Amino acid sequence: MFVNPTSQQTTTWLERNVVDIKQKFGANIILETKGLRVLYGDHEALHEGDLQFGEHQITALIGPSGSGKSTYLRSLNRMNDDVATVKGQILYRGVDVNRSEIDVYEMRRRIGMVFQRPNPFAKSIYDNITFALKRRGVTKKAVLDEIVETSLKQAAIWDEVKDDLNKSALALSGGQQQRLCIARAIAIKPDILLLDEPASALDPVSTSKLEDTLLRLKDNYTIIIVTHNMQQAARISDYTAFFNQGTALEYDVTSKIFTRPKVALTNNYVAGDFG
Amino acid sequence: MNPKLSNKIANGALYGIAGFIVLILAALLGYIIITGLPMLNWHFLTTPARAFTAGGGIGIQLFNSFYLLLLTLLISFPIALGAGIYLNEYAPNNWVTNVVRTAIEILSSLPSVVVGLFGFLIFVVQFDFGFSILSGAFALTFFNLPLLTRSIEESLAAISNTQREGGLALGLSKWETVTRIILPAALPSILTGVILSAGRIFGEAAALIFTAGQSAPALDFTDWNPFNISSPLNPMRPAETLAVHIWKINSEGIMPDAKAVSSGASAVLVISVLVFNILARFIGKRLYQKLTSAK
Repeated sequence: MFVNPTSQQTTTWLERNVVDIKQKFGANIILETKGLRVLYGDHEALHEGDLQFGEHQITALIGPSGSGKSTYLRSLNRMNDDVATVKGQILYRGVDVNRSEIDVYEMRRRIGMVFQRPNPFAKSIYDNITFALKRRGVTKKAVLDEIVETSLKQAAIWDEVKDDLNKSALALSGGQQQRLCIARAIAIKPDILLLDEPASALDPVSTSKLEDTLLRLKDNYTIIIVTHNMQQAARISDYTAFFNQGTALEYDVTSKIFTRPKVALTNNYVAGDFG
Repeated sequence: MNPKLSNKIANGALYGIAGFIVLILAALLGYIIITGLPMLNWHFLTTPARAFTAGGGIGIQLFNSFYLLLLTLLISFPIALGAGIYLNEYAPNNWVTNVVRTAIEILSSLPSVVVGLFGFLIFVVQFDFGFSILSGAFALTFFNLPLLTRSIEESLAAISNTQREGGLALGLSKWETVTRIILPAALPSILTGVILSAGRIFGEAAALIFTAGQSAPALDFTDWNPFNISSPLNPMRPAETLAVHIWKINSEGIMPDAKAVSSGASAVLVISVLVFNILARFIGKRLYQKLTSAK
């Protein structure tokens, strides 16, 4: 009879294992997607990636290049609106934000984002932080000063820049720029912080500082981070999702993903066999 | 032939070509400036031209050139800025915008004589502006708009997309992102483009012969009411510019010192354009430094 040549490898392994973290661990869900699919023109980059994100947790999205993890992340605050068709629901505190009547600008102030390459504006360090606040009517100097200081402290860069807040942000090093971008993102007090491979352009020392920063931010923010660095995911995240070919294949507590994954491909990936 | 030798030959040939071009340029500039320099003095730069006797200056023509430049930039810069922002930030990539882009390209390669004749028919005759600074400014707007639009569009395109994403991710609207983040970042390069285009406008003659006219009526530099006919600011008066003046002296000038006046005027024109170019580099660089690094 007909035998699928690949079926033998996977018979002892589950094909997909996405854990319901609310049911299993009693996590307080702040964000989840239902039936999310992302298409670039005719090409479907994300078929099945529904995950739940626990409040004040760090969730890592890992997987090989082109697995759809960044696409998934960028859909969460609708940064993909102009370039892709995003179908399905994105439930932020129970409200579907993937609808045209949602004020996308207001939504992005709740769900902030930090990008792969540091992208400070060509303004002073101070203005980088206060820019979005001023646009939203915060004008009192004392209030702005206060926010600048606390957000730079939270992003663990205050001590390095406190004496030159009027210096151009572009004069900072790459690692400093990235922490400034985090400070900029948290200055508007979002609920959730999305990070798209924030350390990929940084050296090991800056990366380690960035990770410390994220671990400290966990107390106040929910963090979802895409990373290619598996040690990084293992070090800082509470939950990890493994993506492959546009599908979230496995989602579980981080320690489980890295020690006893249930899906063969996850095991191969975290063991370094591919990707 | 071995690679080392062929590289040497290629290098030599390229240096030769580059040197030849620089030499021609230097010879041209040198000739114009050296023959014109003796003419340059305060009297020459400030007194009106004389048609039949020697000793005339280029005062009015010089003023006209700057005034026309100012008016042209006042009209063309806002339009070019809007068009550049639209094309780079908002325009979808479809056949309509492709037609617009092609139209801009064709317009930019239009000979200036054609632009001048078009301006003559539309502004001078049809709209009845007569030979005036205003007609000239509109004609030069047509001449300048395509290149300025292109240069602004390119300045904006040079700003990385990560800057746009950064703005949007902070909950800013697209308009806020463009006007408050992208435009300031592109400002040095936009300014450079504007100043360079100013140099081209300043030296343009053919488009102005039929629009701003070939006469420079006496101006009363104490009267700054733009509605008075002898006021320097009146945009409805005919205004021969420096470049047109040079053309005119050389084709039909009958003053005894025509050659000297022409040389002097040419030197002033060339020096002005040089100053524009140096200014463009200097200001662009300074602005960029100010935006990107410590003061």
